[in-house]
Amino acid sequence: MFALVKKSLIFLVLLAIPNFIIAEERKFNLGKIATKREIAGWDIDVRPDGLGAPLGSGSAIKGEEVYAEQCASCHGDFGEGLDRWPELVGGEDSLDTHDPVKTTGSYWPYASTMYDYIYRAMPFGVAQSLTHDETYQVVAYLLYMNEIIDEDFVLNDKNIGKIKMPNVEGFLMPDPRPDIANVNGNPCMQNCNTPTKIIGKARDIDVTPEEEKS
Amino acid sequence: MKKNKQKELKINRRELLAGSASLGVIALSSKVGYSKETNPNNLPPNVPEWTGELGEGVDANPYGMPSEFENNVIRRNVEWLTASTESSVNFTPIQDLEGIVTPNGLCFERHHGGVSIINPKDYRLMINGLVDREMIFTLDDLKRFPQTNKFYFLECAANGGMEWKGSQLNGCQYTFGMVHNVQYTGVKLSDIILETGLKPKAKWVLAEGSDSSGMTRSIPIEKILDDCMIAWAMNGEALRSEQGYPARLVVPGWEGNMWVKWLRRLEFGDMPYMTREETSKYTDLLPDGKARMFTWVMDAKSVVTSPSPEKSILYKGIQQLRGLAWSGRGKIKRVDVSLDGGKNWQTAKLHDPVMSKSLARFTLPFEWNGQELLVQSRAIDETNYVQPTIHELQKLRGVNSIYHNNSIATWKVNKDGTVDNVRLG
Repeated sequence: MFALVKKSLIFLVLLAIPNFIIAEERKFNLGKIATKREIAGWDIDVRPDGLGAPLGSGSAIKGEEVYAEQCASCHGDFGEGLDRWPELVGGEDSLDTHDPVKTTGSYWPYASTMYDYIYRAMPFGVAQSLTHDETYQVVAYLLYMNEIIDEDFVLNDKNIGKIKMPNVEGFLMPDPRPDIANVNGNPCMQNCNTPTKIIGKARDIDVTPEEEKS
Repeated sequence: MKKNKQKELKINRRELLAGSASLGVIALSSKVGYSKETNPNNLPPNVPEWTGELGEGVDANPYGMPSEFENNVIRRNVEWLTASTESSVNFTPIQDLEGIVTPNGLCFERHHGGVSIINPKDYRLMINGLVDREMIFTLDDLKRFPQTNKFYFLECAANGGMEWKGSQLNGCQYTFGMVHNVQYTGVKLSDIILETGLKPKAKWVLAEGSDSSGMTRSIPIEKILDDCMIAWAMNGEALRSEQGYPARLVVPGWEGNMWVKWLRRLEFGDMPYMTREETSKYTDLLPDGKARMFTWVMDAKSVVTSPSPEKSILYKGIQQLRGLAWSGRGKIKRVDVSLDGGKNWQTAKLHDPVMSKSLARFTLPFEWNGQELLVQSRAIDETNYVQPTIHELQKLRGVNSIYHNNSIATWKVNKDGTVDNVRLG
């Protein structure tokens, strides 16, 4: 009997100590401590340096099959994009033209983002249904289609943070705005020199939705 | 704008301008079977039909809806813009709204994986990474933190994005309607951090949604500690599902994409996460092929909501021009209006309250006698930033940057009172 009480007391004390210490540091004593298991289930992001990349691997050879089954119906067999679904392949040397094509190959700065996004949000409407290996395979296939890796390159959690994407140097920071000249609060009020000739009308473009007829 | 509506307007206007007595009111409602015409039997000296009978009782509408005659005041989308309605956008009918509060059911929607429906009992907010204690909060936990109530505008960075190359959509709603303004109730993130603690190396926060797109954005810690909040209510009631029920992030003055809805997790880290939404999207492509990244602030902007392409001028004589102005950098200080395409300007009346990072309402009376007008508005915020012309922005950023078009729009009022979205040059 005594032993049981003693055991219970020790158990209670063990439970109570960490809570007590934490309560002192916390201002409102709200919420609960997250377990490692709870965090592991939700902490799915992958950073450019590879932090967060889950254990797994895949090559383009295997990825072709997964892609054909899971991705091609919207993005096309060659990543060309069907209907208005996004193109995933090509577009190199197009960013400074009148018609830039922003694909994973031509625009995305990090391979980690491809893994992160495909795993968290694709296939569209069946989010987080690919296995980690399948995700590495699809990313490898897209990198291969964009001529960034060879078809037998095995992409994995160790090397995904080291893939050099063609447009990694294509982004400017920090934000230079306000980038306009007039930040003195005193714009022209009378007889201002500004063009007032009509050079375009939305009505002529004729792409505005029309209401259904009543 | 609906063609038959325009026709109807023209006919009615002609009759009005000709002094016809029978058409005192022009109703634009288009869907339900209410008469759109004025019924002389309801006009003086007659007793109107609604006076001679009882109306509905207090049990008829436990949650009230707008008058049937206002059923043209709705969110609208542009079908050809996107591949699916689940990853798409619709627009707030700002041309039909007054004051500065956007009714909850009219706040524009932008989803990347449709609207998640979440039982609040199943809601959890996880905070992990570079904090002293990795924690999980229920919605009830969040509501026990000190409360904050604030009005803020939320604008999509792509609002006006179709107008970079030229005037494309003939509507105030379609060109300026990716904005709304509501009062949020919630908790400041700086208070939640008192509970989790913060490691000195924590410089960035990844905000993550629990919807089918798992929306994620990186936010610098300075902004998180400054004025970011987690909101569970808007305009006095629980968030609408399409606005992130039961809890969303509020990032005042910054682009709407960062205001993660259905918020499930905040991870603190020492570098940005470079998510899809902040690399392949929401980066501003310049003519040389380089793109600006992390352009978060929504610069000062304004729009004349009436007259506008949806709001023809119906009567000659006195008019009350109406508009909205806002700035992600603080309060609106002044709004100027031009009726001649920007040659001459007059200062409009700003209506109280004018709050930081909130929509502000302006009005200006003017006379119209059937002449053509080129109507513009120009906002100036408390940092003295002056809303630019599209030519100024094009010179700096080209025409392919999609996001952050805060330029002055031009509405041409035609001689018949109809209004066109036009580009001057």
